[in-house]
Amino acid sequence: METEDDLCQQTNWGSSSSKLQEQGSSDGGGNQAFSGFTSEQKWEEASILDYEMDGVEPDLQVFDEMKASGEENVQANVDFLQGVRAQAWDPSTMLSNLSFMEQKIHELQELVHLLVGRGEQVQGCQDELAAQQQQQLITTDLTSIIIQLISTAGSLLPSVKHNMSTAPGPYTGQPGSAMFPCAREANNVASQSQNNNNCGAQEFDLPKAVVVDERESHVVEEHEMKDEDDAEEGENLPPGSYEILQLEKEEILAPHTHFCTICGKGFKRDANLRMHMRGHGDEYKTAAALAKPNKESIPGSEPMLIKRYSCPFLGCKRNKEHRKFQPLKTILCVKNHYKRTHCDKSFTCSRCHTKKFSVIADLKTHEKHCGKNKWLCSCGTTFSRKDKLFGHIALFQGHTPAIPIEETKPSASSSTQRENSEGGNNNQGMVGFNLGSPSNANQETAQFGMMDGNISFEDSFSPMNFETCSFGGFHDFPRLMFDDSDSSFQTLIANTCGFSSPRNVGESVLDTSI
Amino acid sequence: MKKVKQIHVFKPNFDLLSEELVFIILDLISPNPSDLKSFSLTCKCFYHLESKHRTSLKPLRSDYLPRILTRYRHTADLDLTLCPRVSDYALSVLASLSGPTLRSLDLSRSRSFSAAGLLRLALKCPHLLAIDLSNATDMRDADAAVVAEATSLESLKLGRCKMLTDMAIGCIAVGCKKLTSVCLKWCVGVGDLGVGLLAVKCLHIRTLDLSYLPITGKCLHDILKLQHLEELLLEGCFGVDDDSLKSLRHDCKSLKKLNASSCQNLTQRGLTTLLSGAGCLQRLDIAHCSSVISLDFTSSLKKVSTLQSIRLDGCSVTSDGLKAIGTLCNSLKEVSLSKCVTVTDEGLSSLVMKLKDLRKLDITCCRKLSGVSITQIANSCPLLVSLKMESCSLVSREAFWLIGQKCRLLEELDLTDNEIDDEGLKSISSCLSLSSLKLGICLNITDKGLSYVGMCCPNLRELDLYRSVGITDIGISSIAQGCIHLETINVSYCQDITDKSLVSLSKCSLLQIFESRGCPNITSKGLAAIAVRCKRLAKLDLKKCPSINDSGLLALAHFSQNLKQINVSDTAVTDVGMLSLANIGCLQNIAVVNSRGLSASGVAAALLGCGGLRKAKLHASLRTVLPVSLILHLEARGCTFLWKDNTLQAGGVGS
Repeated sequence: METEDDLCQQTNWGSSSSKLQEQGSSDGGGNQAFSGFTSEQKWEEASILDYEMDGVEPDLQVFDEMKASGEENVQANVDFLQGVRAQAWDPSTMLSNLSFMEQKIHELQELVHLLVGRGEQVQGCQDELAAQQQQQLITTDLTSIIIQLISTAGSLLPSVKHNMSTAPGPYTGQPGSAMFPCAREANNVASQSQNNNNCGAQEFDLPKAVVVDERESHVVEEHEMKDEDDAEEGENLPPGSYEILQLEKEEILAPHTHFCTICGKGFKRDANLRMHMRGHGDEYKTAAALAKPNKESIPGSEPMLIKRYSCPFLGCKRNKEHRKFQPLKTILCVKNHYKRTHCDKSFTCSRCHTKKFSVIADLKTHEKHCGKNKWLCSCGTTFSRKDKLFGHIALFQGHTPAIPIEETKPSASSSTQRENSEGGNNNQGMVGFNLGSPSNANQETAQFGMMDGNISFEDSFSPMNFETCSFGGFHDFPRLMFDDSDSSFQTLIANTCGFSSPRNVGESVLDTSI
Repeated sequence: MKKVKQIHVFKPNFDLLSEELVFIILDLISPNPSDLKSFSLTCKCFYHLESKHRTSLKPLRSDYLPRILTRYRHTADLDLTLCPRVSDYALSVLASLSGPTLRSLDLSRSRSFSAAGLLRLALKCPHLLAIDLSNATDMRDADAAVVAEATSLESLKLGRCKMLTDMAIGCIAVGCKKLTSVCLKWCVGVGDLGVGLLAVKCLHIRTLDLSYLPITGKCLHDILKLQHLEELLLEGCFGVDDDSLKSLRHDCKSLKKLNASSCQNLTQRGLTTLLSGAGCLQRLDIAHCSSVISLDFTSSLKKVSTLQSIRLDGCSVTSDGLKAIGTLCNSLKEVSLSKCVTVTDEGLSSLVMKLKDLRKLDITCCRKLSGVSITQIANSCPLLVSLKMESCSLVSREAFWLIGQKCRLLEELDLTDNEIDDEGLKSISSCLSLSSLKLGICLNITDKGLSYVGMCCPNLRELDLYRSVGITDIGISSIAQGCIHLETINVSYCQDITDKSLVSLSKCSLLQIFESRGCPNITSKGLAAIAVRCKRLAKLDLKKCPSINDSGLLALAHFSQNLKQINVSDTAVTDVGMLSLANIGCLQNIAVVNSRGLSASGVAAALLGCGGLRKAKLHASLRTVLPVSLILHLEARGCTFLWKDNTLQAGGVGS
């Protein structure tokens, strides 16, 4: 049951992490630091809007503190800014901005007129305080107009966009963050600390499936600049753009990963489990129960992080600790990788009894072709294709194609014969012959004939003698099949036609042409 | 030791002659084998010297190999083509006796050896350079792979070894690295892989015959990288097509001869690719090419302007194409347009006009040609040596007068089925070096014309008078008188020929081939005259000479010990004559159909007696009469039967 839980966590990972997020936000409440973390979690959407919101919030506070009056203006101002930042360059926006500014200037003008008029009417009364307040009011409005001017100008030039954040505000006594806070930095710091916390917390909560958020501040910054979604499935998935899961060894090797909560039967696939569950009651037969749990749990709006897997074997390239870590794509990849690389090869091919496999599918694939590797090289390597064998032979010096004996020799006699001759007794046949001196070879053949007994009259019938004598030691060569008919024909010929003496024939043996 | 002493006793007279000098003398007399034989029979010393001198042998029976090779210990070249059966035993004898000296071995006509014999040969003959294993149709990969053990091999012929596959060729390619000449013609089991490996492993290959192999252009990529390749034969390679040659880029400067005849799927595009890198090509054969030899096509010849010989047999050729060939390749020495039915006077004239150097021209069966072409040829090509113009029937008799006047260097002239007359022959007889003259089916010639040839052409070796019915004994006797070097004569169906002709021809002692089919007036008397005088007679056709009987064959059997082929169908020959033929040791080919005097037992005895028989053409009725065991025995001995049934002219069924 333990494994089942683990897998549930696994499969519902997206939702659990989002849950975590919600938890965090509820815990942190207005916590500035955590809001930063949240924004970062959602970074995948490139949600500048959120980010700005969070970042500008402190500004408002500052404004509140500093100036109670003209609050509306400032608020509008901020809204305006958001619009500028969010929409970047747009001529219609620009036009509305300009008219808005014009309106503001008119308002300010009226206010100043009013003040001038009031000052003339009420001279000398509440002079000090009132004058100060008026001055402040006007200054604030002026400032806001100037800011609008600057930001509008900034939106004209996209390159100025970011520099703008560091543009000195009117409140020079305070850092620029008062007006345009460097929210990013703050966020980064916050996210780092949050990350640490997060990891720790998760390690306690989820001992088997661990979220590793490797992102570091500079990485994030860099990524931020790119400002695009990294959803593409390339091999060069940038670190941090995906979530790394690591299953434990026991889990990888478990034969079943889905267990029925009622009867305990295990299944390899969740879908099979769901099918099985139908037998336990009608409540499991509903469409909701049969549907894929992932789909219903995740609302369409909530995007999932890409998931990649790490091998639990330390030092493996597929392990997340490895310097050149290459993640595995699916759980099946993890299983096959772990079995192939870090487990014993327990399945042996039943045909060749030499090839071993740790993944049964590999064995089956091999068995399909095993024994069909009929193309054999002298070095012992077999090939399934002839062209591969010839490529191999062309490549290596001294390797030759090996011709299997059963294929080449239909008649057993010749194959044994070849084996004999190859088996080292090459001279067997020649022994008798080499004994005598070459000059009396004739005598020798006669002797062989005598030995055989079959044709003791060999001398007188030598012209008719087609391989009739077996020459003693030469039994390893195939005899002709017409031995039986031989002698009768010889006598026939001897009777019918007077043949020249063997001597004559011997002399005419040589063909006259050279 | 005793023998040596005896030799010394007889030697004194030749003490002054060193062995080397005797060998030089022997070199000079060796063209006539009977002289050598007489020399060796003179005395034991000469016998000894002759056996030391001879290095090449062509034995008649493999049974005698031990004795022959014991006598001739310096045998380097052994030709076993006359031995149909060469067992493993014979090969092992051969290997142990002549192993160290043997350089070339021809087993192309032999059977019944296997891997064991070949292996022994390969191991015991360290200097074996050439082996011919052609026609071993039942040889399998394992047998052929043994050849790989003969690492010194330079020339290997495996023609018609149909069971071989890439595997055997692969083994040989790896084992025999020194191969320079390889013939794989008709090895239909060998494909791109084997040939490709051969090209990769044997870098010294000069001659490669891949005719009728199921290869594609793929392996040519490797082959044309061979640095020394001179001769490439791709006849009938249907797999070699334009597409597979598309990516071919080669620079095979060594290539001198290319045969791409009957490559049906090779068109101008592929040929251009093939020729693009072969700048030094001298001989090109694109006979029976599928595309028309037009002006477009000849653009592929641009790169091979040094071409000396081109064969376009059976192609459809346009006049423009021929003209372009003449302009592009004006150093051509040999042109063959045999059976190019589309060749016209205009095309051929424009071609030969440019070819001042032309030596050989073949316009056989170019039936559209007339005297205009012949006049142009005679005027343009004074160096012409060979002219073959069989069946150019439109050529008028006057045209031949010019040939004799202008082309004085002619040696070979084929005028079969032409309108030539006595005047033409008179003109042609001025070609003093004429050696081959074919006048078959020339109905206009008579003894008068032939007598000019007889008087003026002493070098004539071959004369064909097939169905030239105007010829009688007078013409033949004038030939026999003047042309003493005559080797081949065909007087078939010249019905006026009698024994007189044969008696006069018997003066030509070098006569080897005599064909007198359908001459009813020839008798055994004339045949006996030829048999007695013409010791070299090898081929004799006496079919439909009803007057030939046993006495002629008895004379042959006694005197013509070199006879290899005889046809005595439709003659009066009986058992006695047939049996006497068994006395001729090297007789290989017998045809006896419809000779009524023959009995089954007589034929059986004769067949058994002729130990070297390879082919027997017999009447179909004998097939059932002869004992099956006899037929099996003869077949095992290497004889094939052709059963001829005269009622069905379509003919015999081989067994």
